[in-house]
Amino acid sequence: MSISSWFVVRRELSQRKRTILGIGSFLLPLLIWLMVSYIPFVWHPMMQISKPGGVDYFQVGMLVDKEVFAEELENMQSAEQAMPEGKPANPIYLPTPADVAKALYTGFITPPEQKDGQWLHQSLWHSIQIIFWGFLLSSIIGVPLGILCGTYSAISRLNEPFVEFFRYLPAPAFGALAVAILGIYDGPKIAIIVIGTLFQQILIIANTTRKLDYALIEAAMTLGTSRLKLLFRVILPGILPDLYRDQRILLGWAWTYLIIAELIGTTSGITWFITQQARYQHFDRVYAAIIIIGLLGLGGDLILALLGKKLFRWDRPANKE
Amino acid sequence: MINNTLPSYLTQSEAVKNRFDKLKSREVILEVKDLCKNYKTEKGDVVALKNVNFKTHKREFVCVIGPSGCGKSTLIRILAGLEAHTSGEVLLDGKPVNGPGRDRGMVFQGYTLFPWLTVKKNIMFGLEMNNISANEAGKEADLWLELIGLEKFANAYPHELSGGMKQRVAIARTLVNQPRILLMDEPFGALDAQSRAKMQAHLLEIWRNIDITILFITHDLDEAIFLADRILVLKAHPGEVQELIEVPVPRPRSVAQFNSPEFLATKTRLEELIHPAESETEPEQDKNIKPHMIRFVDVNDNVE
Repeated sequence: MSISSWFVVRRELSQRKRTILGIGSFLLPLLIWLMVSYIPFVWHPMMQISKPGGVDYFQVGMLVDKEVFAEELENMQSAEQAMPEGKPANPIYLPTPADVAKALYTGFITPPEQKDGQWLHQSLWHSIQIIFWGFLLSSIIGVPLGILCGTYSAISRLNEPFVEFFRYLPAPAFGALAVAILGIYDGPKIAIIVIGTLFQQILIIANTTRKLDYALIEAAMTLGTSRLKLLFRVILPGILPDLYRDQRILLGWAWTYLIIAELIGTTSGITWFITQQARYQHFDRVYAAIIIIGLLGLGGDLILALLGKKLFRWDRPANKE
Repeated sequence: MINNTLPSYLTQSEAVKNRFDKLKSREVILEVKDLCKNYKTEKGDVVALKNVNFKTHKREFVCVIGPSGCGKSTLIRILAGLEAHTSGEVLLDGKPVNGPGRDRGMVFQGYTLFPWLTVKKNIMFGLEMNNISANEAGKEADLWLELIGLEKFANAYPHELSGGMKQRVAIARTLVNQPRILLMDEPFGALDAQSRAKMQAHLLEIWRNIDITILFITHDLDEAIFLADRILVLKAHPGEVQELIEVPVPRPRSVAQFNSPEFLATKTRLEELIHPAESETEPEQDKNIKPHMIRFVDVNDNVE
């Protein structure tokens, strides 16, 4: 197999190559992480103390900078006291893949540290609910408005200039305002997700609607289709697969607003779990939680992609994917 | 050389003459009176159509032909109600046309089947839009599927069909709606030569058996002569009627007639009308392109 067969401009790869590369895209970062974690001469800027020796503030298991360790080693040498011992280690914020893998499992069976705290699965469920309601509310407004903007120039001109302006305002900037209006619980969190998603949603869906081949609308008109029926019988079914793809991308955006939204008011959901674990320096669990968010996002999208293929059998580009 | 031996395109045999007399005594379906269309562009007003006048009679087959930029697409789009005209009148059964409607069916070059509907649902679309029950529309669609020979593809989606099949469905989708006139805008322009010939024969067969008047736009001279009773020849800048030619080729038409004297005479006349016009209307920037070929191969190595 020649190397050039992997690099043909804009040509699809064989199914086998696609699978290999797809797995590789996950293995590559994992490989880097494994190297940094387990090969002692790669990075490892700290020393983990195994014997304090004569250094009075060293304790077993403590992490110190290599420079500090070398300095103390010299000090002890010149003072002719017991030498401290230790092995190279990474900072506490970089746990090994094994630790994180273990935390992925133990995270679910470890009871919360505080008695009024939440289990990991409860935190996750809360986060999913915030995303769901935020995205649903945004879509209830954004999808119809986007379609109307894409269909009628008058509605587009009345809305889009303001929407263009508003979409540059960072959603978290409305955090304090949202708390003042909606209280400290889930209200402001859902509001941040709505603000973060809605304005992009209107513009993207308006654009998708405009991309529908105008000849289809003309054909329908020459068949005697009334204006109202054009909207529901031609435009809507015509854009549906693209609309569905847009919604998948927008759902991804909603996820990116999750952490900031959950910090507003009382911290909740997976963000609460992450900040709590970070406070106790359980960084393996922090990583585990972050990975779970990624898996939920990617898994959800894959399920939606499969569902889309089933729903829109007539859509050729989607079935080619 | 051949021209000398050809009859005039104006000479009609007795049978052809009788056909035209009969045709012209039929009721007028479409009447276009002093139709003008101006566009406003940044460079000023452009006259797309100027004083176009013609009539089509019931069950007549009219082809519109002309060089590019003669406004033949604009004309058919105005007739369909997809574009507004600047002045003049378009009368269908004596009533002025106002916007698109089911009484003027249109078949486009780009197929325009609804990709989310099956072939059968595509054919049912127009009927359902006009509040005919799904049951009734289904029966009509089945009939048309049989007429165009695509019963087996009733549940296929448009992207599974070939270009010719798509255009058959598009014709059926329009005719099931029982329009007064069928407007066709270069419908076979995107097809390969073979399916084009097949579709021409198929269209003539439909036209022979269904009560329908057809206005057909093309830039293919052979296609126009093969299909039409009369050919409306337009010229460009501004788009005006140059001549309305009565095709002297007798019906029923067949491929064998492509070399008949009447056919060739008509074609010669069409070429006279269209080709000089084409060099006149060549865009300015094209005129300045003068290829200057240099010989890069051995002088003795000839391929001709």
